[in-house]
Amino acid sequence: MALANPPSILFVSVVGGPSMSRYFIDRWSSRVVLAFGITSFVVLVFIAGFIIRESMPALQEVGIFRILFGTEWYPRYDKYGILTMVVGSVLVTIVSLGIAVPLSLGAAVLLAEVAPENVRRIVRPAIELLVGIPSVVFGLVGMVWLAPLIADLGGKGSGSSVLAASIVLAVMVLPTITSISEDSIRALPRTYKEGALALGATHWQTIWRVLVPSAKRGIMAGAILGTGRAIGETMAMVMVIGNSPIFPSGLLSPARTLTGNIAVEIAAAVGTHQSVLYVTGLVLFVLVMIINSASVLAYKRKVD
Amino acid sequence: MRLSRRMTQKLAFGLIWTSGAVAVLVLVFLIGYVVVRGAPEISFEFLTTPPRGGLGGEGGISSCIVSTLWIIVTTMVLLTPLGLGAAIYMAEYAPDNRLIAFVRYSVELLAGVPSIVFALFGYAVFVLALTLHFSILSGALTLVCLLLPYLTRTAEEAMRSVPRAQREAALALGATKWQVVTRVVVPAAMPGIITGIILCVGRTVSESAPLFVTMGGSSQMPDGLLSPGRTLAVHVFYLAMETNALEKALATGAVLVVLILVTNLLTNWISTRLQARMMGAT
Repeated sequence: MALANPPSILFVSVVGGPSMSRYFIDRWSSRVVLAFGITSFVVLVFIAGFIIRESMPALQEVGIFRILFGTEWYPRYDKYGILTMVVGSVLVTIVSLGIAVPLSLGAAVLLAEVAPENVRRIVRPAIELLVGIPSVVFGLVGMVWLAPLIADLGGKGSGSSVLAASIVLAVMVLPTITSISEDSIRALPRTYKEGALALGATHWQTIWRVLVPSAKRGIMAGAILGTGRAIGETMAMVMVIGNSPIFPSGLLSPARTLTGNIAVEIAAAVGTHQSVLYVTGLVLFVLVMIINSASVLAYKRKVD
Repeated sequence: MRLSRRMTQKLAFGLIWTSGAVAVLVLVFLIGYVVVRGAPEISFEFLTTPPRGGLGGEGGISSCIVSTLWIIVTTMVLLTPLGLGAAIYMAEYAPDNRLIAFVRYSVELLAGVPSIVFALFGYAVFVLALTLHFSILSGALTLVCLLLPYLTRTAEEAMRSVPRAQREAALALGATKWQVVTRVVVPAAMPGIITGIILCVGRTVSESAPLFVTMGGSSQMPDGLLSPGRTLAVHVFYLAMETNALEKALATGAVLVVLILVTNLLTNWISTRLQARMMGAT
């Protein structure tokens, strides 16, 4: 390696020797890719920096406490409480995971253990295809088909509600949790399964008492990643949740999420109102940072 | 009453098959519903006239198709060199130390940041501070930030899976490191890189929140990088929320779904084909 990179060659090429020699290119290319290599890091720092900077006016004028714990959102009358939306986001996320986690775990076990290879070859790509479907399409079907259905079955008004949003969201995070869970069940050593079967356990007992508990960390990581996605989903939520900044009184009540609040209001907001929306973004950013760090840690420890 | 072990297994497997079936049926239903209800609206005229606006949502989607193409091209032109450069650094040059581990970790974190936060960032930086206003360029730059960690990760994985022996052979022949990278590693990793690029195109097509916030949503035909625009995904949102034209929204949704299906098939086709050719060549 030392021979491949003699400094004298670089010197010669700079002072006009054989210009653009391959050593010269090699020298500079490594610097250029270094600059590219850290762009993601730079972007992350910039995003954090800008969101904080834009949040400052609101944090000084209104104060973090009154924003986070205020229950009234009337920007026109300088009331900037986002608690109803925090509750909306958290509620929708919890209910959707309550639906998605059991389903995904079932699908993951099916793909990893139960289904024959030819079924797996169809089901796995189908589930992965769900990831690519645009969120507005989920939102649209939720709005045109699911919400009216909920209204018919006893919901209020248009049927746009926490329940509709949670079902739509559950479908959207299902593929994430399924594929990570399946991978972590598959990654278990064969001996686990063989040992349990040799002891006389049924296939199901092996799955439920040996394989799933052993793959627990991976499944957790998948569920946490799904949580991050659920909390960040925006447009589909705006379309099916009804968008009223009120405390949801139940699953059939409309609500508003933090993400939806930003999307709907940012373009028309100025001054303190705009700054409070950046605080909302900051709250989301911090929430997701915590959630994702947890997921990365859960997975890391599993790998170690 | 206690169920026998066999009965428990039968019951449990029944539930497991049901959950798999639900997942597949949801996909089939979703695509089927949008395509079946949207298809009657789709015509040559629908594809070639711009939206006329208003509560009835009259007109077609031509300007949205053009906006979508603009945003795809602009985003990918900016994103591809950045993402590949980053991946090359991460896979080939980065030393194994704490600092790099931290940078790697920040890529992971960036990939998890909600798209609406990217939208806020893009709005503050590109739309307001850099005075690009609501424009295709603002939207594309925001998407570049959003997609950078994805492309970096996919391309890095593809480069890492190139066998060490190939690099060592080239180095032993006297190639410089950069020659090894550009003539051995990148070509060998090409199927993975192209898959990553197409996946990013797919995400550009389906992303809505950041473009809703940074592109201005004008339904006029865009005439350059600095004019505002409205992609197909954002158009679906406008139609659904601000007009009564649900059938048109479904038709636009159907166009989107077909685009995504084609993208996915293309990805599979290209990667298997290239893979086969690589295998043949080596």
